[in-house]
Amino acid sequence: MRTAHQGVLPGFGLAMGFTLSYLGLIVVIPLVALLCKALAISPGRLVQTVFSARALAAYRLSLGAALVGASINAVCGLLLAWVLQRYAFPGKRLIDGLVDLPFALPTAVAGVALTSVYAANGWVGGPLSRLGIDVAYTPLGVIAALTFVGLPFVVRTVQPVLRELPPEIEEAAASMGAGRLQVFQRLILPELLPAVATGFTLALARGLGEYGSVIFIAGNMPGRTEITPLLIMIKLEEYDYEGATAIALFFLVASFAILLLVNVFSLRGEHRSQRG
Amino acid sequence: MFGQRTGAGTNRRGLTEAAPVRWLLIGLALVFLLLFLVIPLVLVFAKAFADGLSGYGRAIADPFTLAALELTALTAGIAVPLTVLFGLAAAWAIAKFEFAGKHVLVTLIDLPFSVSPVISGLLFVLLFGARGWLGPWLQAHEIKIIFALPGIVLATAFVISPLVARELIPLMRSQGSEEEEAAVTLGASGLQTFLRISLPKIKWGLFYGVVLCAARSVGEFGAVSVVSGHIRGQTTTVPLHVEMLYNEYQFVAAFAVASLLTILALVTLVLKGLIEWRLTRSARRVEAGWGV
Repeated sequence: MRTAHQGVLPGFGLAMGFTLSYLGLIVVIPLVALLCKALAISPGRLVQTVFSARALAAYRLSLGAALVGASINAVCGLLLAWVLQRYAFPGKRLIDGLVDLPFALPTAVAGVALTSVYAANGWVGGPLSRLGIDVAYTPLGVIAALTFVGLPFVVRTVQPVLRELPPEIEEAAASMGAGRLQVFQRLILPELLPAVATGFTLALARGLGEYGSVIFIAGNMPGRTEITPLLIMIKLEEYDYEGATAIALFFLVASFAILLLVNVFSLRGEHRSQRG
Repeated sequence: MFGQRTGAGTNRRGLTEAAPVRWLLIGLALVFLLLFLVIPLVLVFAKAFADGLSGYGRAIADPFTLAALELTALTAGIAVPLTVLFGLAAAWAIAKFEFAGKHVLVTLIDLPFSVSPVISGLLFVLLFGARGWLGPWLQAHEIKIIFALPGIVLATAFVISPLVARELIPLMRSQGSEEEEAAVTLGASGLQTFLRISLPKIKWGLFYGVVLCAARSVGEFGAVSVVSGHIRGQTTTVPLHVEMLYNEYQFVAAFAVASLLTILALVTLVLKGLIEWRLTRSARRVEAGWGV
């Protein structure tokens, strides 16, 4: 209905031409350059670099910390969206706006601030380290940073769904004597899960590639707290272009595959909840 | 229709939780935000003013800080307008016309979102670096792209490229093109139609895209870090300057410069809130006016 009738409006050629040229120059050619560079590396060297013990540890940390961070955000984001959408309390407007801070704050600033907060002599890190929990310069620090950068995603995907949820269902269930927890588990949660899954995927995608907020707090010990983007950076600084290219391409393809997989699973979950 | 249901509007029994549960959930949510957002935010300013106002002023007035501010402004000043042009062109083509391969194009536009910033920078090193595809030719002609302004602009442009298009495509699509078609049928030129009809309709969405682009280009770290070379006073943008100061244990100066970026982020949030309010208002007006 709303699509344009081709031929009436002018400017298609110009707009399309500029779009394709710009996209070609800024995005496509650089990506093709990466691919060509990787193809020029001998297969033996490629496998050796991509599956070296150091690289494997980096993938494991990047994926593991991104998964944990996104999971924390799935739970806490759902809680935040619920509280912000359903309850009244002082300062709610301000807090609602503040949720987007990780989108707006430069990652380097987030990195140095989180490191100072969670270091053993920091405001939060101090009390935690007296309890025997070290956050900064451990994998926990990586998780803390990725939790920060992924924080807005689940909140912002769940909020609109919660807002549009028809109250009649809850009213009917309550009038038939269903407890509040039962209503939430059986009626509300299934409606929200697809949005939670979308937010989770977005947070995961962001966390996998994140660099700025992580490198300050991670400590960057090879094999232990070194994330994949940092390993690529180090290879580049050592002028090992081939190594950097090989790891970058593998990590890029693997990230896409993981996100695709998560998407497929969450879509399937959505269908099931619609049918159920 | 359900807009009235937010907040404390539903205190009827069975439709909300008991007060203790409510306050427990609010408390948990606030503790989470306190730990991850509020405390780091307060800390930036506390550390920035640790040596008082004079220490803060010294850090900001430092020639290297001023050079970094200038470079960041210049980078954003080039990359943001390019991205706006690209976003406008892409949205016009995608929202107003039908063509084969549209999904592929939209996916391609979104692609930079899922590329790690470090890999984004690496792409340009592989193209233009000393050992990249065009490296020898560039060296022969004494053109510097990597470790210089053009590289920083390119890496930034790559990272922010989807932002305006992402905002404008759904907006333009939802608005339809009846008015534009009427104008063209009545004899308006393409440019007139665009400037007088299309642009005013999307101005808040466009402004939103510009704010997102500006914030991201000022704060971009990973991609710029790869192509910059960290030459102090020449190729260090503001976030890179923060990194260098921090790594040299000049914490007061690092947080003073970081506080500038933080203020900018807070301004971005305020602008975002304002624009969202305008957008929902005009969306409601559209609904009321045309009964969409």
